[in-house]
Amino acid sequence: MTAAPVAEVDLGDLGFGRGAHLLVQRALAGLPPGGRLAVSGRDPALRVHLPAWCRRRGHRVEWPDRGEASDLVAVVVRGSADDDRWFGAERAGPALPSALSSRPPARWGLGARGALLEAGGPEARFDLDERDLVWADIAPHLYAQAAARQWDPQTAVPWDDKFALPADVEAAVVQVMTYLVENEQAALVVPARFVGRIHPHFREVVQLLAVQMADEARHMEVFSRRALLRGAEMGTSSAGGRQSLFTLVAESDFALASFLLSVLGEGSFVDLLSFLHEFAPDPVTRRICWLAMQDERRHVVFGMAHLEHQAQLDPLLRDRLRAAIHRRHDALVDTAGLNADVFDALVVLAAGGWHPNDVSAGYDRVQALQHAMDQGRQRRLVRLGFRPDEAAALSALHTRNFM
Amino acid sequence: MPAPTVLLGAVAYDPKVVTIWEGFRAWLRGRGLDFDFVLYSHYERQVEDLVAGRIDAAWNSPLAWLRAERLAAANGTAVRALTMRDTDQDLTSVVVVRADSPVRQIADLTGRVVAVGAIDSPQATLIPLGHLAAAGAAVDVRRFDVGVGLHGDHIGGERDAARALAAGEVDAACMIDANHLAFVQEGTLPPEGTRIVAQTARYDHCNMTVRAPESDGVRLFGTLLLGMSYADPQVRPLLDLEGLTAWREGRTSGYGALAEAVDASGFYSPDGRVTATDYRP
Repeated sequence: MTAAPVAEVDLGDLGFGRGAHLLVQRALAGLPPGGRLAVSGRDPALRVHLPAWCRRRGHRVEWPDRGEASDLVAVVVRGSADDDRWFGAERAGPALPSALSSRPPARWGLGARGALLEAGGPEARFDLDERDLVWADIAPHLYAQAAARQWDPQTAVPWDDKFALPADVEAAVVQVMTYLVENEQAALVVPARFVGRIHPHFREVVQLLAVQMADEARHMEVFSRRALLRGAEMGTSSAGGRQSLFTLVAESDFALASFLLSVLGEGSFVDLLSFLHEFAPDPVTRRICWLAMQDERRHVVFGMAHLEHQAQLDPLLRDRLRAAIHRRHDALVDTAGLNADVFDALVVLAAGGWHPNDVSAGYDRVQALQHAMDQGRQRRLVRLGFRPDEAAALSALHTRNFM
Repeated sequence: MPAPTVLLGAVAYDPKVVTIWEGFRAWLRGRGLDFDFVLYSHYERQVEDLVAGRIDAAWNSPLAWLRAERLAAANGTAVRALTMRDTDQDLTSVVVVRADSPVRQIADLTGRVVAVGAIDSPQATLIPLGHLAAAGAAVDVRRFDVGVGLHGDHIGGERDAARALAAGEVDAACMIDANHLAFVQEGTLPPEGTRIVAQTARYDHCNMTVRAPESDGVRLFGTLLLGMSYADPQVRPLLDLEGLTAWREGRTSGYGALAEAVDASGFYSPDGRVTATDYRP
């Protein structure tokens, strides 16, 4: 004698070859293990497919006597496998970033934040897994802003505008563009090295860095394209400049890399792009420097935000930042730093002419740029908690390569 | 006192067999059973080694179970089905035709070409052909010998038979019920493009065959298998790979149809010798 079914489902003409399992599954979900479901239907293969499907899912099938005109196929007794699969399952933290885990476990791995995770699976180790080491509350907002402000290099720049520059001014533009490409390459590679190490629980930071990399990729494109707009040769690249940039790429500590790149390097870079925007001799150069400057400002804001957060929690952070500046300075002390060709090209662009008075004025403007860069670095260092006199001393140790 | 031991034989019909038994091995050893396994390239040697005492347990196809039973009896010993998967109980096979086929019932298949799996496939050859013969249908058989010696564990022969049906090369094809559903879902057979004209009675599939009487190790093995829970995240992926949600006590009540087919076709002799003429595992 078997107990009466407590639930029924009628599949109509729908067969298992076309999704009938969804109706059965839905009906079974409302029953406890051991619960009984009477399944009716008219698909000719149902008596073959229903038990085959149930067997694989751990459900039992009973074959009651069917009346003459009945569509009743079988009674399914719900097994426990569906529940057992989710025994010990846990949420991978909150879906929204309002209450992030301070240290998400490795077992959450690549599971979407907030997803219900089946127990088991790999221990996927992401070594940057401490909230305070990577997070900033502004990250989701900055990511949304960054995603919204992506621009198309093809349409955002007036590539076809008519202009002609004297050969030596064009050469100065080409030299500066060559230097900018070199810097943007470094600025892309630095976050790229960290993206794969950050726990996906902090996905907004990963997303932000990914967009930051896309920013740098666009910058590399437009600066290269401007350099080659009127000719076929790039400018020069100094050994010291490349060495300076490589010290950024080689830094494996996320906070220190972020400090050197975003707070000191990109901060100064924003000043440089602003300078180039002001003194660009043509509309294409002016436009690409302005576009890149908007992106770089965002990078600085994020770098500052998460370091400010960290500096409040960790009084020793400033010691590490200080040491990082000294270490980089020591590593570069024997190099010439900035490519002299770049410095001269900046003077030429700021001079706007070859009269000695023009050159003198251009020279003063580049001096003023370096002063503005220094002041900016000092301001940011003070915001991170350094005393003004120490901020001044540390800023002075920054690489002559600007970045 | 040394830990109880079990040496299991399993047939390597697929690379996943290594993953499954490596995983089970670690789990069983963690529970006090000194468990190890050896892999065979076909069932016949595995069965002979079980009966000869070279292994303690054989993860056997239903056909291999029948042969083990016969060899043991001829030998004056006995074997037992220790456990089986929940998914090994109450299977059926079906005979399928194209939807537009004039074949309506088994009798209509007489004189027509029926595609089957490998020569030693219980579910796609031996049982359904036995079913047709018992119903009096004299059919021409077209066999798809993929993975001979694997007793139909390799799905290739069944799938090739289904493909031949879809291509119009044969009038009907035999397959296990779950594979009819799978072939429709994966597109090997067109949805609603086939019709089931015959379904066998329910039968059982694999079992964990052991010699009687059982050793302490084999008894512990059975207890541990039955204790494996689908709720355990360590074994669940292995159970998923092996295609079960729970181990059940072994039973041998579901092998009658296969035994009749084996006798009718002369696949094995009553004392367990391989007598099928063109069977080369």
